[in-house]
Amino acid sequence: MKNIWSFFKGTLVLVGKGSKAYYTWVFGLLVLMSIGMLAYVYQMNHGLGVTAMRDQVSWGFYISNFTFLVGVAAAAVLLVIPAYVYHWKPIKEIAVLGELLAVSAICMCLLFVTADLGRPDRFWHLIPFAGILNFPSSLLAWDVVVLNLYLVLNLVIAVYILYNLYYKREPNKSFITPLLLLSIPAAISIHTVTAFLYSGLGARPFWNASILAPRFLASAFCSGPAFMILLFLLIRKYTKFRIKDEAIHKVAELIAYAMFVNLLLFGAELFKEYYTATKHLAPMKYLLQGLHGHSALVPWIWTALLFNVTAFLIFLIPETRKNKVSLVLGCILIFIGVYIEKGMGLVLPGFIPDVLHEIYEYAPTGTELMVSMGIWATGLFIFTLLLRVAIPILNGDFHVAEDGVGSHIGDQQFFIPQQAVSESEEEAAGGAKDPVH
Amino acid sequence: MSDKKPCDQNVYRLTRRKALKGLAMGVGALALPASNASASVWESFFQQHFRELSKEQLQRVLARMEKEYSSSYGQPVTVKATPPIEGVKFGYGLDLSRCIGCRRCVYGCVSENNQSRDPQVQWIRVVRLNKEKGVDLDYAEHYYNPAQVPEPGHFYMPVQCQQCEKAPCTKVCPVQATWTENDGIVVVDYNWCIGCRYCMAACPYGARHFNWKKATVPKEELNPNTHYLGNRPRPVGVVEKCTFCIQRTREQPGRYPACAEACPVGARKFGNLLDPNSEIRYLIENKRVFILKEDLNTQPKFFYFYAT
Repeated sequence: MKNIWSFFKGTLVLVGKGSKAYYTWVFGLLVLMSIGMLAYVYQMNHGLGVTAMRDQVSWGFYISNFTFLVGVAAAAVLLVIPAYVYHWKPIKEIAVLGELLAVSAICMCLLFVTADLGRPDRFWHLIPFAGILNFPSSLLAWDVVVLNLYLVLNLVIAVYILYNLYYKREPNKSFITPLLLLSIPAAISIHTVTAFLYSGLGARPFWNASILAPRFLASAFCSGPAFMILLFLLIRKYTKFRIKDEAIHKVAELIAYAMFVNLLLFGAELFKEYYTATKHLAPMKYLLQGLHGHSALVPWIWTALLFNVTAFLIFLIPETRKNKVSLVLGCILIFIGVYIEKGMGLVLPGFIPDVLHEIYEYAPTGTELMVSMGIWATGLFIFTLLLRVAIPILNGDFHVAEDGVGSHIGDQQFFIPQQAVSESEEEAAGGAKDPVH
Repeated sequence: MSDKKPCDQNVYRLTRRKALKGLAMGVGALALPASNASASVWESFFQQHFRELSKEQLQRVLARMEKEYSSSYGQPVTVKATPPIEGVKFGYGLDLSRCIGCRRCVYGCVSENNQSRDPQVQWIRVVRLNKEKGVDLDYAEHYYNPAQVPEPGHFYMPVQCQQCEKAPCTKVCPVQATWTENDGIVVVDYNWCIGCRYCMAACPYGARHFNWKKATVPKEELNPNTHYLGNRPRPVGVVEKCTFCIQRTREQPGRYPACAEACPVGARKFGNLLDPNSEIRYLIENKRVFILKEDLNTQPKFFYFYAT
């Protein structure tokens, strides 16, 4: 108990220390979070009418972001499988980072769902025994369960490993291995359940496809790892943490396979809809060609497809996969491509045309964009603080002091501005937030 | 309560939940400011699900609401919780050969059921269809606005909650805030709904409507005769829908739903599906009848027919 407290105290001291760049970044995020909070207060006071959502399109930007981020969170599993199951050394070091990303992404997911609720004050109705969780009938109830389980699981695993490293102990294998093994089906389940949430609705032909869950998984295995690679490159460049090229190239290779499956499944969907050309083609037509002169999503989805195909080729060819410039480009393209395809590109055609074939074109309002920006900033804030602790621990720069009570902090800087920040990486971190609006 | 069988399965949970709720109430009471107004805020915050309220609790809730609505609308408002009538399952018939698309049903419904005037909420949507194309929603015009109806070449189809036997909306609600009563009416507990709008995504008929903003009903236009599950004023951020005018149809003697009453051409029929001598049963058995989106197997209790 005392150990836990002194570890916790040490981390608090640690997150307060850092270079100017670290402070600028953290305060920048805090400013964005405050703006988001103000926008949310405005939404609370005036109701969800301040968003562009209406009865015809009853889910919008919030739920799109939620869906995308569930995928990012699920992708942590991709790093866990080889690291722990196959004991592949180069990835093992960085698997903890994947789990921390999952934690941050799930926090964002929960915030996005909360922002979308008409009555967030009644959230306790969802808590079993206090309220009524409509389990197993409602897929949303399933989602509540698996998302929270996944959050706790990743948090426990990552914190347990870091805690032991801090005290220079070997993690207890019989405790951590079952949890790690459990996290693999849990990661698959969060995304499968999220896909079922959509595909279980007979009212919405665009979503009511059995291919949706595999598509979700395939695209998640693109966007999550793409984000991880960008992150690895940034971490490698600006902190003392070293990540082997081997690990990055392995992840890039996996992205190529996942993107192939993703494009294949999308193609299968396209063929079925266009060849049979039933009435259920309408939403797909709205997405790709526009319907009755309404075509807000068309430029977005073609951009996404172009990005995805380009990125697939980049990751397929070993030369471009291993070249740093094309690697970064490929990751950015995938992140944006999947964000469009799995975000607004998935949610909106479910509602357009609506069940009575009315077309209401949706585009998020300023309030929605600001709240969403605030949530992304919150996620990055959480992730930054988690990394601030995790990276020095993994480096051996943050551990228990000689006296066994205090903590030794060897890394006072965290962000080392050794080189000028390259343009493209900046964009990767900032520009991919909300390309659809 | 009103729906005995589904209620039974919750009985074992009740005690545990009550204990927790009691605890929460206790904690809440500590933080409670002294004034009466905020007391009712806390009471409504901790209010249980409609079907889990005991008789006494329900009476207290109804009294609290009556007081609140009466004071905010400046007239005595009653809130009933009349249970379903034994041996009754409501069904609705709509004669497409008669409907002239005048939308009187829409506005009759709005004023009976206290829907928000600004922003406008309407439980009935009348679409204009093309006689050459038949019932094909691809050709539905939602905002037709001619000087006179009916128009040559067109017919009209009002769509509202179809009160499905296998309702997709109740299945997906994560907190059981919406369910089917024993008389077949799909209802919402406006005090339990969390506003996630999953039911709106699940409904194939666009029958569910969300309170995107605070509802406004002019004081003098409020219908003060309300039902807990029906036309009482709705809070912001929750879903609402047609209830076959639960505040009228469950009374004995009952009244027809406002839309049926408002229809100038008698296109709307309403009755008890379990009564073999009812008008609705006669229509189903003797006229050409169809239901909307039959392939989805939602089994609506709303029947479209052609009398002529």
